[in-house]
Amino acid sequence: MKTAYVFMTVLTLLSTNVAVAESTAVDELLAVYSRQGATAPDAQAGKELWLRKFPAKGKIDERSCSTCHGVDLRQAGEHIRTKKLIEPMAPSVNAKSLTNAREIRKWFKRNCKWTLDRECTAAEKANLLVYIKQQ
Amino acid sequence: MKVTAFISVISIFIGVAGIPLVWGDSDKHEKWQEYSRRSTGVALLDNPVYQQECGDCHMAYPPGLLPVSSWSRIMSGLEDHFGDNAELDKNTHTEISEFLTKHSSDKSDYRRSRRFTVVSDSGDAGMRITGTPYFLHEHDEIPPKLVEGNKEVNSFSNCNACHRYAEQASFREQDILIPGFGRWDD
Repeated sequence: MKTAYVFMTVLTLLSTNVAVAESTAVDELLAVYSRQGATAPDAQAGKELWLRKFPAKGKIDERSCSTCHGVDLRQAGEHIRTKKLIEPMAPSVNAKSLTNAREIRKWFKRNCKWTLDRECTAAEKANLLVYIKQQ
Repeated sequence: MKVTAFISVISIFIGVAGIPLVWGDSDKHEKWQEYSRRSTGVALLDNPVYQQECGDCHMAYPPGLLPVSSWSRIMSGLEDHFGDNAELDKNTHTEISEFLTKHSSDKSDYRRSRRFTVVSDSGDAGMRITGTPYFLHEHDEIPPKLVEGNKEVNSFSNCNACHRYAEQASFREQDILIPGFGRWDD
């Protein structure tokens, strides 16, 4: 019985830690974007941006977030070129998602440039963050 | 008679008990693996930063598969990394560049690495492991339908789709298993 209590406590603490890490990283970035003018993040706008298709030069001539991550964020994605598995973006099924601000910044920079051919604005990043966080 | 039987029992016991001592000799085992990789693989290196930053999108290729000239070209063009954006922050970029430079094929004494030191002199191919004359020579008999036309392989860049121990930097022919086809014997 005692073991069960200890086990449950450890599990609870662990899951709390993950949840805290997620909201810390997201909150930290939302605060940064807010100072840059994105004061009202909108999950619906984030979803629309996630699905929007952008014309591009090169082999993959139409690009969106879903090209590699898929439409359902609770499913795993697949890198369009290398076919490497991409863990689901939804924090509800992937506890590691949105837990590291440095990683989020890195991928926003890389993937906005690949998909939109430019960096995303503070508002776009804030919208995407709140959309992904809800999944 | 009794003494002989006793000695026999003792010898058998020592013999049996000694087996794990010999098999469990990790030093010897590692040396054997090391020797095997020296002739059929490249240096196996553990670098968590390299593994994470490069291995997120593709297999983190062992540095001993290209010379420093190719790694430098790759690292100076990460904004357009074979069609992808793979930009790194300054510190990470420096760290990975140093790692690749230190362990590039031209500095390795592994036989296979030395062969990968000769690269193509035509444009992008000079930055590709799959563009090196040695790579092309080793793979020239493999029909495209087993690789590009094989959904589980997709591209020659996916070493580990067929070389089952590629991520351990081992490329022994006996470890090759082409999905949907089977073993490959030259």
